[in-house]
Parts: sequence; structure tokens; C-alpha cells
Amino acid sequence: MSSLGLAWRQLRSAWLAGEVRVLLLALVLAVGAMTAVGFFTDRIQSALNRQGSQLLGADMVVVADHAIPEKYRLEAAKLGLNVAQTLDFHSMVVHGDASHLAEIKAINGNYPLRGELTIAAQAFGAGHSTQGAPESGSVWIEPRLANLLGVVVGDSIAVGERQLRVAALLQHEPARGGDMFNIAPHLLMNEADIASTKLIQYGSRIKYQLLLAGSAVTTATYSGWIKPLLARGERLEDVKSARPEIRSALEKAQQFLGLASMASVILAMVAMSLAALPFVQGHLDTFALMRCFGASRRLIMRVLIHQALLLGLIGSLLGCVLGYMAQAGLAALAGSLFVEALPPPNWTPALAGLMAGFAAMLGVVWPHLQRLGDVPALRILRRDLGDLEAMGWLAYLPGLAVMAALVFWHAHDLKLGLVTLAGLLALLLVSSGLALLGGRLLRQLPLSSSSAWKLGIAGLMRRPAMAVAQVIGLSLGLMALILLALVRGDLLHSWQASLPADAPNRFIINIQPDQIVDMQSFLSASGIGATTVLPMVRGRLIAVNDKQLVAAQYQDDRARRLVEREFNLSWTAQMQADNKILAGRWWRADEQGKPMLSLEQGIAESLGIRLGDRLTYDVGGTPITLSVTSLRKVEWDSMRVNFFAVAPPGVLDQFPASYITSFHLPLGQEATLNQLVKRFPNLTIIDVAALMQQVRDIMDKMVYAVQYVFGFSLLAGLAVLYAALVATREERTREATLLRVLGASRRQVVMATMAEFFCMGLLAAVIATLAASTLAYYISAHLLDIPYAFNFGLAMIALVSACLLVPLAAWLGVRGLLNQPPRQILHSV
Amino acid sequence: MHAPDVINELAIEVIGLAKHVTSNQSRLTILSALQLAVPQRETLAILGASGSGKSTLLGLLAGLDTPSGGKVLINAQDIALLDEDGRAALRGRSMGFVFQSFQLLPSLTALENIMLPLQLAGRDDAAGQAKAALIRVGLEQRATHYPRQLSGGEQQRVAIARAFAPRPAILFADEPTGNLDAATGQRIIDLLFELNAETGTTLVLVTHDATLAARCQRRLQLIDGRLEPL
Repeated sequence: MSSLGLAWRQLRSAWLAGEVRVLLLALVLAVGAMTAVGFFTDRIQSALNRQGSQLLGADMVVVADHAIPEKYRLEAAKLGLNVAQTLDFHSMVVHGDASHLAEIKAINGNYPLRGELTIAAQAFGAGHSTQGAPESGSVWIEPRLANLLGVVVGDSIAVGERQLRVAALLQHEPARGGDMFNIAPHLLMNEADIASTKLIQYGSRIKYQLLLAGSAVTTATYSGWIKPLLARGERLEDVKSARPEIRSALEKAQQFLGLASMASVILAMVAMSLAALPFVQGHLDTFALMRCFGASRRLIMRVLIHQALLLGLIGSLLGCVLGYMAQAGLAALAGSLFVEALPPPNWTPALAGLMAGFAAMLGVVWPHLQRLGDVPALRILRRDLGDLEAMGWLAYLPGLAVMAALVFWHAHDLKLGLVTLAGLLALLLVSSGLALLGGRLLRQLPLSSSSAWKLGIAGLMRRPAMAVAQVIGLSLGLMALILLALVRGDLLHSWQASLPADAPNRFIINIQPDQIVDMQSFLSASGIGATTVLPMVRGRLIAVNDKQLVAAQYQDDRARRLVEREFNLSWTAQMQADNKILAGRWWRADEQGKPMLSLEQGIAESLGIRLGDRLTYDVGGTPITLSVTSLRKVEWDSMRVNFFAVAPPGVLDQFPASYITSFHLPLGQEATLNQLVKRFPNLTIIDVAALMQQVRDIMDKMVYAVQYVFGFSLLAGLAVLYAALVATREERTREATLLRVLGASRRQVVMATMAEFFCMGLLAAVIATLAASTLAYYISAHLLDIPYAFNFGLAMIALVSACLLVPLAAWLGVRGLLNQPPRQILHSV
Repeated sequence: MHAPDVINELAIEVIGLAKHVTSNQSRLTILSALQLAVPQRETLAILGASGSGKSTLLGLLAGLDTPSGGKVLINAQDIALLDEDGRAALRGRSMGFVFQSFQLLPSLTALENIMLPLQLAGRDDAAGQAKAALIRVGLEQRATHYPRQLSGGEQQRVAIARAFAPRPAILFADEPTGNLDAATGQRIIDLLFELNAETGTTLVLVTHDATLAARCQRRLQLIDGRLEPL
């Protein structure tokens, strides 16, 4: 019979004997959690890209400052991509005596390719969705432009030398969303009318766009084809940058999910490690006997490798199936999170899960198995030979290495991975230390009154290494349970609370200084509460440390665009409540008027700006140089007004400023906005209610999703608890039997066992509570930026239940044995 | 089949065998300058009090343990010249074992336990041969039972079937009745000697039971680390 056959038979027997079940279950859970989260985040990522597509109006866009070369369009058509072309430029639009600068988009084809336009007869409400260009001879304009020009639907306006009829007001345009502080209002027209406007002439500043949409494969093919061909003034934009608000919420959710799956992986690997002990113990005699009957070391090692691989294969496959089913549940929970249904999962997470499963199996079990290969055949005659002492630290290294690799893989973030690993190591060290110290303390206690206590503690002392391993296992299992309770209860609610129901859902920009008082009284008269108005000055960043900036010097697309466009600079004495200083410091009251600047961290990173750098902005032709004195983190998903660059008061006051505010508009009060726009035609109102709803939806759904994934951690935690309890069962059975033979009463044996586990439970609960609270503190402080409060009640519940449940479980374990006469038990061991 | 090529060749030859163990800086001699020659097909009993070193000697003869001095030759082959795997292979080829504590694998059925050495020796029809052996010891009804479902006597019969199934040249039996009551022990011994007669195996029986030893052709006693005729 082949070694594979032998391996299979032995595994099957071990399964029937129950030795391998916990091991396999733990592996299935680990792989299940990993693949479920893997599948799910993969699908969310695809959905995010689609959503990004809607903001772009396409999957990708070729942008050029000259007419798009024909071959670009032909290649796209050849690949079967949907295409549309637009021309974007600024021009004055005239109606009667009124005129205003508009951003004109001339459309050829089915614009937008992703998402929809909303057009209507009035400015707010009652719109309908559409795609394509306005009919030749007509235009769609933004309500603000209609207000500024004093036109209604049906009027004609002059665009260049051509009169065009206003067919509808443009309420929503997806491709607009990316840059909502664009000042000029939009006008959409048909490309067929362009020539007759005579606006396109040599030297006109025009942005030519070729919009493309298709399957991921074709767009990737096209992107690969076009990138080397792009000439000067041409670039390819894709959907990498979704709205920062949504991205921020989703990033947090993904961190949560990653954390949850990491917890499952760690716990499951600990469970595997513990479960490997009885499995290995059960195999000692088998391999000694095989040696006795002539099996070579090589054969035994082969059998072992095959067993590890078979276990890995079965566990990983089952785990993948479980993960796939679980992600279907997750996707159902999060399904309506996105405009469209989630795209189907692809198979990479399953492959990754399989590999991770094998790695986990080999990493954790291999050192144990390795030692089985060295079992002396003489064990057959002398049973004490080759008994497994707890392994040395070195033997845990492969498992720890695999765990570290998996943690980094799931953290998607070096810092988070390092913190998790450091936390895990600290937990291991602290719990080992506490377990050893606790044991020593227990031994000092005067316990002469109760022989059961003595016996129990003697039991702990007999196997110090095993006891430490069990305490660590129990701690980790309990920690998962406590963390789950904390995360469900406190953290997720705090996260949701960070976006309250009355969070601002409208922004008003372009407020002139003399309009502030009027506008505020208008808003409060309409029942809208007090609003903070912040100043905004537009300036272009032209130099860093006196070195001229050139867009071309940046590799990064975002950085290039940031340099090309104007920044909104603001000033304030107090920092916004939801901002956090990451480096440097905020200005003092006596520093008003000093040339200081606080920069948002992300933009500083993109542009490679460091604390202390001197930035020169061109504001309306006048240069001003400010030193970066602080870097801030901004919670974009709080939906409040925030600026990339902020100066102290008295620095930018001499420049012409407009003002910006945000407020919460209750549902059904849209009419107020129509009146507001009539009264102050130059104001731009930006509706972020839909965006906010989306962020809130993501939070709500993610709360469920995270709890769901933590369910895996819960199961893995229980598996750890169980594995820790059964790890020493055989040895314990032998001892209990011996005690019975020597005349101990049932009660004494039970009490001894329970005393032993009570001590372990107590230690584990203390360690677990400390660890879970530290972890929860880290999550709230560093991931969610919400205040953390120690949950005393939960700690007490954990402590009491561990001290009750762990001994109870141990009692359930030995109870059956104690009902049998010792002789019978002696025969079976 | 491993029948002896030359009829007068020795199955086991032991020359100057010694075994010491060192513990707490003191050296304990278990066996010293031990001589033994066991011809093919002989049945030999080795008697000795508890702690006299019977099991140590058995371990050395079977190559489960390495001696401190001297040689053990199995079928004229010096087992000290073999490495651990070579000794394992030699055991698989030529030796069978019956132990006091049966040593059945709890995770395998009766039939699977008998199949194990056959499989390890790479026999083609392991299942068929194991079944035949099980029938020979009268336990065909128990083929799919696990050891814990068998009585002590039944377990030892399975162990005997397992020992004889590969037709070993030498069979080592270590207190085969030690864990059984007298009547069951008697039946087990009858079975052991019947099978031994049928297969012509060399039998080395280690025991402290004089009645059991009396059934062997030759009896030696282990005293002070040496074998002496009884």
C-alpha cells in the first residue's frame, strides 16, 4: 500500500476516533474566514470601481488638449468598447443683457457611458434620468446658470454666434461629482452645433475627451495598448479615485473586515496548534508500531507529509466552500449598498484561501509531525519514551511565520499588520509571564484546608508548559469573544454616531462677503439652524521652497492634477473639531497674520511636501509664501466643510474671498432652495444628501457585515477554547483514573479538575480582558477616531463567566469517565 | 517467504552483548557479556524476575535498541552494521511481535491492525492475507471491530494474527499472557504454539511464567545480566 493510502486510512481512523476533528474544524474556519472576506472585499472593490466609473461617466477617459487621434477611437471600436466623445471649454453665454461664463460640454454619442443625467423643467425635484446629448439646436443648463441669466426652460441663449434653446435644466451630472467646487456652471450641447457657434478656433483652450466603457478585460487591454502611444498633452484617466467620502467609509469598513478575518486566522491557527497536540499524541503509538513493523523513517515522513497535505487540502477546500457560501450571505447583507448589484466574485480569493490553508497547516502542524518521525520504536516496549513534552519555542516559529504572513496579507497595511503582530507577541509574552507568575503565587497560597485545591494546583504545576499553552489558548479564545462584544456594542455604534442624522447635507459656495448676513438670516428664517461660514480664496500652488513647480515633475496623476488646478485656501483661528494634527502644531492666538499653513496629510503626501516646507501660492496674480507648520488628518466622511490648506486669520484677508457653508436641509424642504437661489442667483448649492445617504448606508451595512465576519472569529474562539480543554484530556484521564484507583472520591477528582481549570479560567479572563480592551482602544483611537471608554461591565461579565464556564466545561469533560469503574478505564488507557 | 536457506544456520546469534544505562552519574549494568545462539525453528523461553532486563534484551534482539557493546546477528546479519531504517526493514522482513499489552492501534479495526505490517512490507494482497489470518484465529466476525470493542483475549488473538500474517522467520513474544486471566491466557498460548508449529517460525518467548516457559524446547534464565540454562 502506498504511503498516501496509509496516510488516508490513518486520517480516516483518526477522524472516526475524533482526534483530528478540532484540527480540521479550525483549519476550515481559518480558510473560511479568509476566503469569505477575500471574496467580499474583491466584489466590493469591483463595485467601487464601477461606482467610480459613474463619477467619471465612463470606465476610462482619454483626455487631450487637441483633437483625439482617430486611431484611438478605431481601436476602441475594434475591441468592442462603448465610446462617446466630448469637447469641454469655457465661454460666455448671453441672454438679453445678462451674460455669464459657463463650462460648455459638447457631446457626441451616448454621454455618460456610466451613470445617468437627471434633467427637469425646474431646479429642484421632479427630474428624470436620461443619456445622450440634447437635440441639435438645444442645450441643457445647470439651474445656477439659468438663475444668473434669468432664463426658464424654452428661452433661447446665445452660445458664440449661435442661438440655442434651453430644453431642460440639468439637475445632476455624474461626471461632475469629482470636482464639486468647480466654479463655472455647466452647459451641455450637441456636438453637431459646435461648428455653427464658431467658438472653436486656433488657440482655443479645449479639453477633448474620449470616453470608454466595457468589460474589465477589454478596458485593461485597451489601457495597455494606448499607454505607450500617449503623446504630449494626452493622458488616460481611470476610476482609481472614487469620492474621498465614500472611499474613507469603505476603507474603514475594509479595515474592520480585515481585522475580523485576521482575528479569525490568528485564533484558528492557535486552535490548530492546540488541536495538533492530541492528534500527534494519538499518532505516537501508531508510528512507533510502524517503526517496529519495519517502516522506514522515510516512509513515516512520507505518510506524515501526505497527512498534512491531505488535511490541508480537505480543510482548505471545505474552508473555501464555507467562505464562498458565507460571502454570498455577506453580499446579500451589503447588496443594496451599491447602485447596481455586486459584480460576481472572481476566483482569486479561493486560490489564495487554498494556499493560505496549506501554509497554515504545514506551518502549525509540521513541527509536531516532524517530531513524530523521530519516535523511537522502543516506545512499544517502554511507553514513556518519546512522549511529547510541550515543544520548545523554536518549534512554533514556522507557525508564527505563516501567521505573520497571513496577518500582513489581510491587514493590507504595514502599520496595522505590525501593530497586530506586536500585540499578538505582547499577548503571548504577557500571558506566559502571568501564567507562570500566577502558578508560582498559587503555590505559595496556604491551601492546606482543601486537598482538591492542592491536587488541582499540583496538576497545573505538573505540566507548566502545557498549562501556559492552555491559558494562552483560553485567553485568545476569550479575547475574541470580548472583542466581538466590544466591537458590536461600542465601536460600531460610535462609528455610526460620527455621522448623525442631522449632519450637513447641502453646501453653499460662492457666497460673497456682503451676502453672508442676508443669507444667514434667510436660512434661519426658513427654520435652518445656525451655520458656520468659512472663507475661501482660490490660489494656484506655484513653488515649493522657492522652486517652481511643474506638473510634469510628478509621476502620480493626482499630484499632476493638483498642481494644475487651483486650491481652495481658507483661514480660521480654531481647528475644525473633526481634524487631527499629525505633525507640527496649530497656531496660537498671538500668531494671527503669521505666514503659517496647515496642510491635509494626504495632499502633502501626494505632492511630497513636508513639515517646514515653504509653499508659494499665486492668488489672483499676487504670490504669497506660507510655511507648513502642521499636517492634519481630515475625516472626509464626516461631510463637514474641510480644506486641504488652512492659514491663520490675517494672512489671506487682503485677497478677494468667497465664502462657503454647509447645513442640514430636512427632507421635503427643497422649495427653500429654489427661493434661496432666486434671491442670491450667484450661489452654487451642492446637494450631498445622496452621497451622505450612501455613506450612511455603507456604515449600516458594514456594521452587519463586520458582525457577520466576527461570527467566524467567535467560532474560531470557541474552537480554541475547546482545543485548549481537550489538549490534555488523555493525560488527565489517566491521572483521574489513578486518583480513583488510589481511593480518591469522585468529588475529590472533580474538585481537583475544576480547581485546575478555575485557575486557568481566571488567569485567561484577566489576560483576555486586558488584551481585548487594548485592542478595542487601538481600533477606536486609530481606525475610527472615536473616543474610547473602558467597558467595566463587560470585563466583569467576562471574568465571572470564564471562572464559571471553563471549570464547567472541564467538568463535562471528565464527568463521563468518573461514572465508570476505574478498572474499566484502566483497560482503555 | 523467508525460510532458512541452510538448515543449520542460526536465526539469532548474540556475542558478548552488553547494555549499560547511565543515570545521575552512576552506571547501571543491565546486560553484560551475554552469549546466545538460537537455531532456526527453535522455540526458546527466556525467564527472569521483574527488572532482570528481559525486555531490554528483547529490544536489543529485535534491533529496537542499540547495545553498549557486543553484537547481535539476525540470520547471520550483524544488525549493528545497519542504520535505523535498515533495522526497521529487517524487522519488517523477518520479525513478528506479540506484546503483553497487545499494542493494537486503537484507531484501526481488527482487520486493519493485521493489515498494517503486510502493507508496510508491501504485500500485494494485504487484505486477503489479513482476512485469512483473522479466520485462522477465529475472529472473522470481528473484522470491523475496533480494539476497544474487543475483550483482552480477543485483542491478543488479533495481535497474534498480526504477528503471523506476514510469515516472519522469528517471532518475539513479550509476556503474551501477562494481561490475561489464566483460562484466556491458556487458550492464547495454545494458539501461539499451534501457529508456530504450522509456520515453522523461530520463537523467542520472554516470560516470568514457568508453566508457559515449559512449552518451549529450551529455557534460559536471565540473572545478573547473563543467560543461564535452567
